[in-house]
Amino acid sequence: MSEQVVVLFTYFVLAVFIGFEVISKVPPILHTPLMSGSNAIHGIILVGALLIAANARTLVETLLGFLAVLLATINVVGGFVVTDRMLEMFKGRQSGASGRKDGKRR
Amino acid sequence: MTIATALIYLLAAVLFILGLQFLSSPRAARLGNWMAAAGMVLAVGWTVIVLSHSFTFAGLVICVVGVVIGSVAGTVGARTVKMTAMPQMVALFNGVGGGAAALVALSELLKGAGSRPEIQTGAPGVFALIVGGISFAGSLIAFAKLQELMTGTPITYPGQHIVNALLALVILALALVLLAVSSPVAVLIVLLALALVLGAAFVLPIGGADMPVVISLLNACTGLAVAASGFALDNFALIIAGTLVGASGTLLTRLMSEAMGRSLANVLFGAVGKVQQEGSGTGAGAAGRIARSSTADDIGMLLAYARFVIIVPGYGLAVAQAQHVLRELVDQLERRGVEVVYAIHPVAGRMPGHMNVLLAEAHVPYEELKEMDEINDEFKRADVALVVGANDVVNPAARNSPGSDIYGMPILNADQARNVVFLKRSMRPGFAGIENELFYDPRTIMLFGDAKESLIKLVAAVKAA
Repeated sequence: MSEQVVVLFTYFVLAVFIGFEVISKVPPILHTPLMSGSNAIHGIILVGALLIAANARTLVETLLGFLAVLLATINVVGGFVVTDRMLEMFKGRQSGASGRKDGKRR
Repeated sequence: MTIATALIYLLAAVLFILGLQFLSSPRAARLGNWMAAAGMVLAVGWTVIVLSHSFTFAGLVICVVGVVIGSVAGTVGARTVKMTAMPQMVALFNGVGGGAAALVALSELLKGAGSRPEIQTGAPGVFALIVGGISFAGSLIAFAKLQELMTGTPITYPGQHIVNALLALVILALALVLLAVSSPVAVLIVLLALALVLGAAFVLPIGGADMPVVISLLNACTGLAVAASGFALDNFALIIAGTLVGASGTLLTRLMSEAMGRSLANVLFGAVGKVQQEGSGTGAGAAGRIARSSTADDIGMLLAYARFVIIVPGYGLAVAQAQHVLRELVDQLERRGVEVVYAIHPVAGRMPGHMNVLLAEAHVPYEELKEMDEINDEFKRADVALVVGANDVVNPAARNSPGSDIYGMPILNADQARNVVFLKRSMRPGFAGIENELFYDPRTIMLFGDAKESLIKLVAAVKAA
């Protein structure tokens, strides 16, 4: 095992701890946006898809690369847009009352 | 990787982590999502800049066309989806991510096809191929079930677990042979195909009501597949981002099965919702008893003169699209000085936290949404617990009836309120097929009918009171 792999493995282990630490603080009320937001983050596979697609030469490489870029882009764009749409709706008492024409509370 | 690239990826990773951190408060959550998106733009944009000298013509065309079509499809899907359909949308976006990870891995593995792959890139590549494939096919089945393109009830046959286990073993053996000996193209293709079959076969026997757990789990799978691709491509941005998602999905999976009071194994392999469990200690005496039902006017009066009302919303509310009318009822009550809060069970809806999104859509301020642990002691002091389109989450059988499917599931203590009002279509039991003792409690009043129509009548009744 080369030194480089150990470095990468270190990133992995640290990310596990950070992930659990950060996520465990998210309240249940926000679990759906959390899931769709984290969903969008794994769309980082788009970087990998671009790396393999950029140098496509054969027909197979071209097809695989195209599909990978397409699917990864849907993942990223759809994920962030839908999360934003949900979070836009989460309003507190004060901010909810202004702005909305049907927000006639209190 | 140049130093500049490494620093940009590091910045992107920091933005992802901060973004997730900001998601822990409803106020900052939207900003958090934007930060994560900014990190993504940074990482992807820089990658394109670095690649700009090495694009082949075909490569350039497929990247541009793929990104354009993907962006349009993603945006249109995300903008038009109904909030009730959010779980299947998330499943779909998750699935395509898993598919992309599998394709990236396949592409990498094909470069070295025919020879024995280097263990340090080959092993994670094979992992990403298999797990990405499982996640893709599993998510599509989950999507089809939730979208009702196919039956939501578990699809089972005798010996199913054995067949699935054998399938998994074959995949494992093939992967080991591939890494130890050689990786011909045909074997790689077969491996991906088997992973797709396993993904589908694994989700088929899981009931529609258990989907919150499945979606969380598949989310974790895609995250790990992406992280593995990062190892194969020697790219730490993929590793960090993928692992964060893997951790998040794992944690949510655990929380969801805890909220159902069941082990993960029982959710995945129990095929709950398949048959109406025979007997399970509830049949006794249930047949002869009559639940008390009443009119909207009487119940409206009861609500109007209450001091403290707790509303227990369930998925039936969302199905009837009644969350806006419910909000109107609450407005009427609050105008009369009644204190009203919503008690949200963790598995209310079809994915973790789904009910909160549906109520937020109806402009319910998030301060009024109370979590189970926060509200459960308050039921004692409530004059009325108004249960709308929910059933199993307030079923005392979860406490007293060992052997029932929901035994051990933490429930909302609606039965401790002075009066319990159920808005329900009929006496039909919930998904678990278990009779609800609470219907026959002397303090319980049923209001039969469509949730939306009943609520409209209640609004009128409260106005008149």
